[in-house]
Amino acid sequence: MNPDLAFFVEVLVGGLLSGVMYALVAIGFVLIYKTSGVLNFAQGAMLLFAALTFVSLTERGVPFIGAFAATLAVMALLGLAIERAVLRPLVNQPPITLFMATLGVAYVIEGAAQLAWGTQVHGLDLGIDDTPIDLAGILVSRFDLFAAAVAGLMVAVLSLFFRYTRTGLAFRAVADDPLAALNTGLRLPRIWAAVWIASGIVALVAGLLWGARLGVQFSLSLVVLKALPVLVLGGFDSILGAIVAGLIVGAVEKLSEVYLGPVIGSGIEGWIAYVAALGFLLLKPSGLFGMRSVERV
Amino acid sequence: MAATSTPLDKSLPCLSAKGIGVVLLLTIAYGIVPLVGSSYLYEAILTPFLALSLAALGLNLLTGYAGQLSLGSSAFMAVGAYAAFNLSLRLPFLPLPATIVLAGLVAALAGLVAGLPALRLRGFYLAVSTLAVQFFVAWVLNRFSWLSNDSPSGIISAPPLVVAGLSFEDARGRYLFSLTVVTLLTVLAWRLVTSPTGRNFVAVRDNETAARVIGVKVARTKLLAFGLSSFIIGVAGVLWAFAYLRTVEPAGFNLDRSFQILFIVIIGGLGTLRGAFLGAGLIVVLPLLLSRFGAALLGDGFDSGTLEMCQRIVLGILIVAFLIREPAGLSALLDRAVRRLRPSA
Amino acid sequence: MNVAVRPHLVDRPRSVSLPASRQGLHPRIVEEDPPFLVVEGVSLGFGGTVALDAVDLSVGEGEIHAVIGPNGAGKSSLINAISGLYAPDSGAIRIGDDRFSRVPTRHLARLGVARTFQNLALFRGLTVLDTVTIGLVDSQSAGLGAQVLGLPHARREAREHRERADAVIAALDLADIRDRLVGTLPYGVQKRVELARALVAKPRLLLLDEPMAGMTATEKQRMSGDIRAARDSTGTTIVLIEHDVGVVMSLSDRVTVLDHGRRIASGTPAEVQADPAVIAAYLGLAFEAGA
Repeated sequence: MNPDLAFFVEVLVGGLLSGVMYALVAIGFVLIYKTSGVLNFAQGAMLLFAALTFVSLTERGVPFIGAFAATLAVMALLGLAIERAVLRPLVNQPPITLFMATLGVAYVIEGAAQLAWGTQVHGLDLGIDDTPIDLAGILVSRFDLFAAAVAGLMVAVLSLFFRYTRTGLAFRAVADDPLAALNTGLRLPRIWAAVWIASGIVALVAGLLWGARLGVQFSLSLVVLKALPVLVLGGFDSILGAIVAGLIVGAVEKLSEVYLGPVIGSGIEGWIAYVAALGFLLLKPSGLFGMRSVERV
Repeated sequence: MAATSTPLDKSLPCLSAKGIGVVLLLTIAYGIVPLVGSSYLYEAILTPFLALSLAALGLNLLTGYAGQLSLGSSAFMAVGAYAAFNLSLRLPFLPLPATIVLAGLVAALAGLVAGLPALRLRGFYLAVSTLAVQFFVAWVLNRFSWLSNDSPSGIISAPPLVVAGLSFEDARGRYLFSLTVVTLLTVLAWRLVTSPTGRNFVAVRDNETAARVIGVKVARTKLLAFGLSSFIIGVAGVLWAFAYLRTVEPAGFNLDRSFQILFIVIIGGLGTLRGAFLGAGLIVVLPLLLSRFGAALLGDGFDSGTLEMCQRIVLGILIVAFLIREPAGLSALLDRAVRRLRPSA
Repeated sequence: MNVAVRPHLVDRPRSVSLPASRQGLHPRIVEEDPPFLVVEGVSLGFGGTVALDAVDLSVGEGEIHAVIGPNGAGKSSLINAISGLYAPDSGAIRIGDDRFSRVPTRHLARLGVARTFQNLALFRGLTVLDTVTIGLVDSQSAGLGAQVLGLPHARREAREHRERADAVIAALDLADIRDRLVGTLPYGVQKRVELARALVAKPRLLLLDEPMAGMTATEKQRMSGDIRAARDSTGTTIVLIEHDVGVVMSLSDRVTVLDHGRRIASGTPAEVQADPAVIAAYLGLAFEAGA
């Protein structure tokens, strides 16, 4: 293969794989947004909290499975607590109010997580070796492949859940039309609780993968900022959108870092995804998979 | 409720009570504080309080009055601060007030550009686009070292505060300088929110479709809100850098600062001018109170790291609590307290 | 016909001058009047469902024209199309001398059109006085600087607008709550405030989407009186949607009946009442029960 092209493909694949990691975070947002119209800014803090809890347990000698199960339980409780204590009293408030409340929640979780587990950086070893492997002349990170596989598995599990379980079907009904769902006797609060628990679990999975990549520390909660352009591009309410947009954002970021960076200066990955997503949105206001919404007046 | 009093009775004492309060506060701020204050009071409390109040006032115009959520306020503070630094460096003949006004205008221009997406985007999409501004401005300030006069660390010291030969260099001077700037801009902001344009802001916030139907120029109103808000926030950035920190550096204008300003507005009260001051007061005093309290409770175990975490937790709880219990913020609490204190007429 | 997404003028028919003498008069309809509002074969669909199917409507100047029909008949869609919030898929709308494929919403006030909304579209954070005054926003000329600095012409304009708002507030009996925040008022009162906001600019065409929904019988009676008084004093043309057949029959000069997005009848209340298609589709039950 032409070495320039090979390099391009390598960068592209690297970008797509890191995009999977973005999508993983974005899915947590979508779950909650779809059912309750809340853009949960605390998703990043939840991710940090999960990773910190897990790593602190393993450092204290708890075996992997035990730590995973315990963290899972903690995250489910946390999601439930947020739903009960914050979101339920604010039901029927404008979305922006709910969003600001989740900002407050993010601050509480970040503070509490570090108060409980300390502020030092923890290494997190999931036992996956990060040496690159050679796939048809292209070097790909083993860890990235593993992360992509986990993300794929999680999406598959979520899809099955929504397609074949009662709660999943109810979830879809609520997402399509909350009022109608309410009228048919679905218990909204129970579904909200289920969704918050689910997003807590997604936060755990994403937190472990991101934590293994970056080290478990405060800045982990900032991956939320990586997910936002993905959500803008893919729509706040589409899991498929989150995945596709995650891949696009990952690819755009890596490609522009490598090819555009030398021209206009390094460090553009902080904003290039935002500009790309917003530029796309300005051209096509409905987003990647969004439908034209009709305003009821 | 004073249902029996005539409309005149209802409005006049109310207005004058407010007026008396403002005059009283200004008398204390100009007449008494400079006589009794310590430089700790000026430097650690009052000057940052004034700068943050002004920034929150600016954001409140945009978010509280015009209903456009911005998560990038500190970017406009940075634009204002850097514009003022470069103006005073490169056009040294400009008097300081002109420099500040021009810096505000540069920030307003940045705000107009940042507001353009608001013509197509709403709600979260718009909020995310203001985040883009936040990161983009930080990148520009780091990328182009010309903007920080090629200083290797990116940190530059602010020029002296001198107006018409009068120096405001000491702690009290910088306090009085900030106080004057904040007072002037607050008066202008008050005139704005009580004008027909301020009414249009609220209309766009409360029901954009209805506003458009009755003939409010929605796009123009939104851009105006972005521009005016950014002007004020830009000037607040000048105060922050020139009067409070006395250095100009990008790191101080980060996302945490933007959230801090948003929190001030939420806690103080969205859509009220005095909310900005009440909220800023709480935010400035909170860490001081917490550290006293924590030290008394835990002794030496309460280090600065613990303090910071506790502060985050308390702040987060305050935000949630206000949104749930008192969405109109401290401003509404104050109203209620005053009503209770005043003998029923 | 060329139907673009952007609102634009299709063409401009011969200018029809309106007799100025009619303005203050008591304009019970006269058959040969040129219609002020004409809806020409407007169709509108949302992703498969048809909201309006080639609807025609012609409303004479100074006429009170009711649009009735069962739920989902397309009444609100019609009003939204006339006010430009929805873009028709085909057809045209003529207001006065201007003909549009999509009515430009932001120029509604300039066209002399005002409207109210089915579910209230008020500004909760404004007082009643401010809410009504903002109805005059289109005729505001003082710039921002003049407003903030309080220059004489800005102050004069503000005073004039306040006086005009106060006149409407008094006429609709809202003076007692003039300084209350709109969001704190009961529903029926909010409906009247919304009417006041629409009336203050003396519109030539007033679109009322269920102005009496959710009101008590007394409130309805009062609202009917207010609507008729508005027409009688300014000669404004009114299109209103209403469910209460009794109110419709007593208030309106003409009635159009929609069913499943199609116009099934149009005429005087008496004609419509006697129309077999109307009775079959909609009125039958109401008349058997009520009249």
